[in-house]
Amino acid sequence: MDKVYSRSALLTDNVMHYCPGCSHGTIHKLVAEVIEEMGLQADTIGVSPVGCSVFAYNYIDIDWIQAAHGRACAVATAVKRLTPEKMVFTYQGDGDLSAIGTAETIHACNRGENIAVIYVNNAIYGMTGGQMAPTTLLGMKTATSPQGREAAIHGYPYKIAEMVSHLDGVCYVTRQSVQSPAAVRKAKKAIRQAFENSMAGRGLSFVEIVSSCNSGWKLSPVEANRWMEESMFPFYKLGDIKAGTPAAI
Amino acid sequence: MANIKGTITVDVERCKGCGVCVGACPFDVLALSSEVNGKGYPFVCQARGEACTGCANCAVVCPDGCIEVFREICKK
Repeated sequence: MDKVYSRSALLTDNVMHYCPGCSHGTIHKLVAEVIEEMGLQADTIGVSPVGCSVFAYNYIDIDWIQAAHGRACAVATAVKRLTPEKMVFTYQGDGDLSAIGTAETIHACNRGENIAVIYVNNAIYGMTGGQMAPTTLLGMKTATSPQGREAAIHGYPYKIAEMVSHLDGVCYVTRQSVQSPAAVRKAKKAIRQAFENSMAGRGLSFVEIVSSCNSGWKLSPVEANRWMEESMFPFYKLGDIKAGTPAAI
Repeated sequence: MANIKGTITVDVERCKGCGVCVGACPFDVLALSSEVNGKGYPFVCQARGEACTGCANCAVVCPDGCIEVFREICKK
């Protein structure tokens, strides 16, 4: 029999600390596969965030820098400018990228840094115990909004992918997910496109991946994926938001 | 007509029993075991292995990369 699928050689033997069914594991796997297929293991520098995925450097065997909370895009800017021949990407959650790191993210996007941003949006602060995030849906119950998020008190959830898509420095914005085999395959193509854009100097690529946090949402992994499809996807619509080259070029 | 046979191997100690692969299999091959691994998780196994075509859907969605997929095409 021929082997048709095995885990990427870039994934280390460490068992991931993520909860069973967490989307981070699948996205790590895709990042490792794409880097391996592009032959960029020795030429990739990842910037890991603060959040559950802070330990990404334990799982993918490439060079990593771990940035202060929210500052991954700023760190990646420096890394890419100093070593423009490297493929530089950030891997950030919604608490990191779209909350404390909003300023760094938007300005890196606006400058059109030649980096790729992998943005894992599960609408909650997973690592710290399931508190409300800026991305939490209206009506969604979290540890800090036990009655559900209310617009009058907590404001509205926001879509940072749509926001950055209006900036000229951004060449590619897409929103994907990884709950089904078809979705995983599409997400992998999007990550590959983003990494190719980084290497070609086309500007910043922004790949949002709508993800589940079954522990934070208090659901089983399979129920969490179903809830994500029913509740998250109508608000965070999947698909390409911007494709092409930046207006400045 | 080609007859496609597939099979998988599971890294039992790496599996966390999330069950995402079970739903991803189009042929209902997979199930969670009644036993548990060293970490206390039930793990995935082939309950109906003869139906496997080696499509790799289970391995593609597995967050922990526990599944390897093999496939054989027997020409009749």
